[in-house]
Amino acid sequence: MTARMDKRFADVAAEGRPALVTYFMGGDPDYASSLEIMKALPKAGSDVIELGMPFSDPMADGPAIQVAGQRALAGGQTLAKTIQMARDFRKEDDATPIVLMGYYNPIYIYGVERFLDDALEAGIDGLIVVDLPPEMDDELCIPALAKGINFIRLATPTTDEKRLPAVLKNTSGFVYYVSMNGITGSALPDPSLIGGAVGRIKAHTKLPVCVGFGVKTAEHARAIGASADGVVVGTAIVNQIASSLTADGKASAATVAGVETLVMSLASGVRASRLAAAE
Amino acid sequence: MNQSPNLNSYREGPDEDGRFGIFGGRFVAETLMPLILELQAEWDKAKTDPAFQAELKHLGAHYIGRPSPLYYAERLTQHLGGAKIYFKREELNHTGSHKINNCIGQILLAKRMGKTRIIAETGAGQHGVASATVAARFGFPCVVYMGATDVERQAPNVFRMKLLGAEVKPVTAGSGTLKDAMNEALRDWVTNVDDTYYLIGTAAGPHPYPELVRDFQAVIGTEAREQLMAAEGRLPDMVIAAVGGGSNAIGIFHPFLDDKNVRIVGVEAGGKGLDGDLHCASLTAGSPGVLHGNRTYLLQDADGQIKEGHSISAGLDYPGIGPEHAWLHQIGRAEYVPIMDDEALEAFQLLTKLEGIIPALEPSHAIAEVIKRAPKMGKDQIILMNLSGRGDKDIFTVGKILGMEL
Repeated sequence: MTARMDKRFADVAAEGRPALVTYFMGGDPDYASSLEIMKALPKAGSDVIELGMPFSDPMADGPAIQVAGQRALAGGQTLAKTIQMARDFRKEDDATPIVLMGYYNPIYIYGVERFLDDALEAGIDGLIVVDLPPEMDDELCIPALAKGINFIRLATPTTDEKRLPAVLKNTSGFVYYVSMNGITGSALPDPSLIGGAVGRIKAHTKLPVCVGFGVKTAEHARAIGASADGVVVGTAIVNQIASSLTADGKASAATVAGVETLVMSLASGVRASRLAAAE
Repeated sequence: MNQSPNLNSYREGPDEDGRFGIFGGRFVAETLMPLILELQAEWDKAKTDPAFQAELKHLGAHYIGRPSPLYYAERLTQHLGGAKIYFKREELNHTGSHKINNCIGQILLAKRMGKTRIIAETGAGQHGVASATVAARFGFPCVVYMGATDVERQAPNVFRMKLLGAEVKPVTAGSGTLKDAMNEALRDWVTNVDDTYYLIGTAAGPHPYPELVRDFQAVIGTEAREQLMAAEGRLPDMVIAAVGGGSNAIGIFHPFLDDKNVRIVGVEAGGKGLDGDLHCASLTAGSPGVLHGNRTYLLQDADGQIKEGHSISAGLDYPGIGPEHAWLHQIGRAEYVPIMDDEALEAFQLLTKLEGIIPALEPSHAIAEVIKRAPKMGKDQIILMNLSGRGDKDIFTVGKILGMEL
C-alpha cells in the first residue's frame, strides 16, 4: 500500500485527535479554481483529501453533489483531468493522502489497469467507488489492492453483523461509516447513536473508522469526532463553493477563501473533540 | 419442434451472481446490497411456491385478463403481401400494456416481504400507471418518479396515476426523462430502506431484477407459443418486439430462445438517426458500461458519462438496455435494429387505419420493422410481434406532430 495513508492516521492518532477528511468535486467550477481549493485544504487543517470524480448519474448523492458534478462536467472535467489534478497537487504536497471518490463507469471506460497505473503514478492513495459492493470485488478492488492502492469501503446502518466481515474483508486505509441510510447532504443523525455503530465496526477491524453524512459545522465535527477516528465533510464544502460562485457560475475571490474559512473552523472542531469527550 | 438440447440452452441465465455473460451483476451502493439480497432470497422461495404461482395465475386471469389474444392481422398481412403477421395483444391487458404482468408479480413479492410503501420510476407512464394500479388494488401508498419532460408529454397517464392515489414526483435533473427518474427512485430507496419496495419496471437494474421481471413477463411468449401452435401447428419464423429497457421484448423472446429456427429481432429507438445523439439505440450505437446496478450497453461519451437519449416514444427514451439483451446481442442469438421516429409514426397510422388498432408509439417501432420484413418473406412464413401497449396515451403527441388540433 502507499505509505501516506497509514502514516497520516498514525500521526493524527498520536496527536490524540480524529482526522479531518474533506471532500470536494474535482473540476468544480473549473480546473484551476478546483486545484487551488485542493491546495488550500491541508493548509486549512484537512488531514485527508477526498477528490470527487464527477459522474453524470450520481445515484447515491443528494442535490448539492449532483449539481457540483454537473458544473465540473460543464467545465470540461474528465477522469484524466481529475488524475492530473492529483499529480499537480503532489508537486507541492507529498504527505496528504488523496482518495478518489466516485462511481465505477468512468473508471471502467478509462480501463481498470490503465486507471490504476495512472492513479498510482499521480500519487493517489485510495479509492472509494460507491457502486462497487464486496460482491463486485473482482472488478476493481482486488486489482487496486494488488497494485498497492487502498480500497476504502462504505459501511452503512444496513450493514449488519452478518455482512460486516464481508464488507471489511478487502477494505484498507480506513473504513468510511455512512452514518445514515440516504443520500449525501442529508441531516445529521444523533451523535450518540454513531458512537455505538463505530464501536460495532471497531470490534471487527483495526482500521481507522471515519464517519460522514450530515457533518456541516465545527460543532458537528466535534460531536462526531468524540467517537470516530476521522470526520468526513463533503456537502458543506460543496455548498460553500456553490454559494461563492458568480451569477454565471464562475469562481469568485470568495471561492477558495470561503472553503479555507470553513475548513479551518471544522479543523478546530475535530481538534476540540477529544478534549470535550474527556470532560 | 426445434428444441435444442439443454447443453446449449440460451434460457439458463443469469448465473448466481446475476450475470448474463459479462453483463448484469449487482453494481449498487452498500446501503442497498442487503435489500437486493433479501429480495433475491424471497424471489427464490416465491418462484417455486405453488401458492404464489397460483395467486399470480388467478390475478392474471381475473384482474389482467390473461391470456391475451393472439390475433392474425389479416389486412396488414394482405397489404404487405408477404409473411403472415400475428400480434400478441398485450395492449388489451388491464391498464393497456404488458407492464401490469410484472407489477402484479412484484406487488405480491412486496407483500410477502412485509413492505408497506411502493416506489417506481416511469418513462411513458405505462409502468407508473400499472404500479399505481397494483398499489391501489393491494392498499399500498405509492410514489412514482417521472422525468419532468415526460410528465409534460404524457399528461393523460399522469392524471391516471393521480386518480389511482399515487403521488407523482417530477424529476428535473438531467434531461428529465426515464434515466433521471430511475436515479431519483434509487435515491428514495437508499433513504427509505426499511419499509420501501422498489418496483422496477423493466428487465434491467441490479440482480435479481432482470431475472424476475423477465420471468413475470415470459408469460407473453409462453402463451403466444401455445396459441400459435394451436392456430398454425407450428412456431413462428420470426419474433419481433420493441426494446427500450427491454421487458416486453425479453418476455416474448425468452420462451423461443432455444428454438434455433426462430429469428429474434429487437427494435431500438433510432430517434432522428444514429449519426448524432438524438436516438436511444444502445445496442446498435452504444458500448458496454455500468449504470443503474448492471453492466450493459449504454449510450456514453469517451469519459464514461451517460448521454441523454432521444425518442418520439417516452417509453424507449432510455440510454441503456436490460443485460440479457446485451448478452443476446453480443452472442448473436438476437439481432437488434433501429427504427426512426418518422418510420414509427407512419407505422402507427398504418396500423390504426388497416386494423382498427391504435398502437402505442413503443410497439409502433416494432410494427415499422414488420413493415420492412414481411414483404421480403414468403406467404407461408409467420411473424409474431408483441403489440405491447395501446396508443391512447400517445394521441396528443401524435396530434401535435401531425399538426392536428385536439
